[in-house]
Amino acid sequence: MSNVIVQPSSTNPKKYNVIGTRPVRHDGADKVTGKAIYAADFALPNMAHGAYIRSPHAHARILSIDTSEAEKMPGVLAVATSADLPDPWDKTEELGEGCINYAHLSGNVLARKKALYRGHAVAAVAATDIHIAQEAAKWIKVEYEVLPPVTWVLDAMKEDAPLLHENLITQTLGEKSTKPSNIGQHIHFEQGDVEQGFAEADIVIEREYRTETVHQGYIEPHASVALWNEDGRLKVWTATQGSFTVRQQLAELLKIPVSKITVVPCEIGGGFGGKIAVYEPPVAAVLSRKCGRPVKITMRRDEVFEGTGPTPGSFMRVKMGATKEGRLTAGKAWLAYDAGAFPGGVIGPGCMCVFSCYDIPNAMVDGYDVVLNKPKTQAYRAPGSTHVALATETIIDEIAGELGIDPIDLRLQNAAKEGTRRVDGPTYPRIGLVETLQAIKESEHWNSPLEGPNRGRGVACGFWFNAGLKSSAAANVNDDGTVTLVEGSPDIGGTRTSLAMQLAETLGIAAEDVNPQVVDTDSVGFTDVTGGSRVTFATGLAAHEAALDIRGQMIERVAEMWECKPEDIQVEGGVYRYDDHSLTFKELAVELSKTGEAIVGRAAVNPQGATNAFSANIVDVEVDTETGKVKILRFTIAQDAGKAIHPSYVEGQMQGGSVQGIGWALNEEYFYDDRGELKNASFLDYRMPTSYDLPMIETIIVEVPNPDHPFGVRGVGEVSIVPPPAAIANAIYRATGIRMRNLPISPPRLWKAIAERNGQ
Amino acid sequence: MTKKIHVSTTVNGEAVEFLCEARHSLLEVLRDELALTGCKEGCNNGNCGACTVMMNRLPVDSCCVLAVEAEGAEIETVEGVAAQGQLHTVQQCFLEGAALQCGICTPGFIITAKALLERNPNPSEQEIRFALAGNLCRCTGYDKIIRSVQAAAEIMKEAQS
Repeated sequence: MSNVIVQPSSTNPKKYNVIGTRPVRHDGADKVTGKAIYAADFALPNMAHGAYIRSPHAHARILSIDTSEAEKMPGVLAVATSADLPDPWDKTEELGEGCINYAHLSGNVLARKKALYRGHAVAAVAATDIHIAQEAAKWIKVEYEVLPPVTWVLDAMKEDAPLLHENLITQTLGEKSTKPSNIGQHIHFEQGDVEQGFAEADIVIEREYRTETVHQGYIEPHASVALWNEDGRLKVWTATQGSFTVRQQLAELLKIPVSKITVVPCEIGGGFGGKIAVYEPPVAAVLSRKCGRPVKITMRRDEVFEGTGPTPGSFMRVKMGATKEGRLTAGKAWLAYDAGAFPGGVIGPGCMCVFSCYDIPNAMVDGYDVVLNKPKTQAYRAPGSTHVALATETIIDEIAGELGIDPIDLRLQNAAKEGTRRVDGPTYPRIGLVETLQAIKESEHWNSPLEGPNRGRGVACGFWFNAGLKSSAAANVNDDGTVTLVEGSPDIGGTRTSLAMQLAETLGIAAEDVNPQVVDTDSVGFTDVTGGSRVTFATGLAAHEAALDIRGQMIERVAEMWECKPEDIQVEGGVYRYDDHSLTFKELAVELSKTGEAIVGRAAVNPQGATNAFSANIVDVEVDTETGKVKILRFTIAQDAGKAIHPSYVEGQMQGGSVQGIGWALNEEYFYDDRGELKNASFLDYRMPTSYDLPMIETIIVEVPNPDHPFGVRGVGEVSIVPPPAAIANAIYRATGIRMRNLPISPPRLWKAIAERNGQ
Repeated sequence: MTKKIHVSTTVNGEAVEFLCEARHSLLEVLRDELALTGCKEGCNNGNCGACTVMMNRLPVDSCCVLAVEAEGAEIETVEGVAAQGQLHTVQQCFLEGAALQCGICTPGFIITAKALLERNPNPSEQEIRFALAGNLCRCTGYDKIIRSVQAAAEIMKEAQS
């Protein structure tokens, strides 16, 4: 691994024994040998299999559902429709990566009066065999009254647009409008005097942008096994980013207390925000209750594309002004994001992120949450931020070009720093945008020439909030001196190890002497979702505090043993000392296990102070002017990690998010026909990057420690997806002289733009 | 429903018999009949490579092979890659190189990478990228996977010489 490019840019002077090293992950052997159990791998005796029938129409009233034929088929055990779900309450709750309204969630799980998108689940069948279930589902007769669909956000906002929900009333700053529309919410932020700001500008640029719906693209389809027992207890094994979040949603949707539900998080095959809201768990639960057997539902890939939440398409109009010296004076944004079939998309964070990288004294943002006939959107890695970064970061590039200022210098000149007020109100704590921009400015990549025809280099930066939220942990000291860490954060990308390392550092033991276990909702305290880049920060803090709890108990016990006061005990690097006594943690644990009670550490945290994440890209592209295909020649990402606990997995987050951003930039889109039918619901036609499409992704970990975490951790999971589309658009401009403002910049689109430019 | 079909095959070096329906894919039989759940279903139409297994010494998407085609064949799944309690070099390099995050695509990558190194012990970066292009990974951006295959090639070459 000697050729991994690491150019540490750290302002963290502390020296650690475990943190910053690269141990093999604890669940690694299971995952390279095929032994790890994902939800689709899980089976119970006498298990039935469930299959859905989904709406073939993008917008239709459901007149009747006749399940009698299906129920007669041999092997069919139960059928479920929305009539089997209790009437939902109209209640909205924060689930860690956005809010969920339970009435909408229930209507999304199984359509009630209307099917609101093609692929909307309408009914489900449980049978002794998956093939029987799939065939039986086809015999459920659904009578529809087909309604006109709307699939583009600006069309959905028109006065005469087909109306999805007859009771959806727009809210603007708490005020309600008088008649229903497809606009769920109008958000407005303002600071300073935006007109005055533009008056002070020497250059003002206003542009319009359009992006298409994209999917998180996790390789593991949604899967669950539900067992609703005769005593009223429900147990669900599932692929989820948040086991407690699934428990909470099931309780609300099925109207049973959380105490009756156990959720077991299986290994999860990717989520990226798309495995927080539930789809199949309540349906499998209802089928299980009806047929008295455990029921498994595993989605097909086309069901994942058509029936689960992608992240929205958008229309954006953004205007920015600057003085000729390059000082930004004003920004104005008008943003419309689609929310899919139910309100409550990611427009909120979009509005907060649009100017978040810069100190802009005068700004105004208007954002619209718009429903239309596409699947209900969900979070996707830094939800809402990638869209607006395309707009802001390409306008910044235009301003730099017009003023003849280096694009990194222009960003540095205006970069948000500690004390800068964001347009939605908060003032930044210590953040690392300046250091991140400096890191790319000083990089070998930026300072090496790029030559050749049709080639160009672009830069861009990006922002994400990061979350804290609740985490719990317990840590049991074993009699061989190792520690079992019990925690509740489903591990998507190696967090078992980043948590174990923080516990190990605090106790002065090796990472390998910690055995981290992700357990079910009965076996650990409440823990929020794996999302918001929060696990290494917040559950890491819980692991650290559980270790402090253990250390405190060890000090008490060893003081008794050595007949001294606890405050006389010195602990350094895991060695406990008093007078001429000295024992390592391991030796002491073995000693203490012979007498007295077990040592169990515990912690429950709800930390504020996650502080924010920033990243920046340099990308070199080559454009094939005959086909419009863009080749990524070289790609660098710098990102502030605060402190990289396990640098390999920090780099992994940076690289993985970058490549998702590259896919979003160049190829990925939901392609609808005028009937609202998704035409590319497969991995063949929804074109995600393959290894052959890419170069190595060079990483520069920047470390500006978070003052509110004992090791300085900032979340690293999300921000890497934000800058790539803008950086690539800027690079394409350098290569071709053409500004591409709509995503994806796919070969046909770029080819057309080049042909038009050439007058063909 | 038609009667089930009897198939005799070899899986990970052991003689195996199973009953299947004509419509069953090899992937279904491996997972549901033989409990070899290391091969994963990501798309069921040959586009993601998560179900890759070796069939007669060639990597195949087992979702696109009918179970009856396994008659008389030699199948190797990820469960057969580690031998005598030892991880294969490719597996060890994936662990040391942090070449997995969620791990769902990993079995397919292990099989494809091992197959590549068996037929081409000295692949260039582009040859590795081409060989792995049928295996989708959404977490890593492929960088650490490519580097881990390069590392495995180096170690395997040294072991040969």
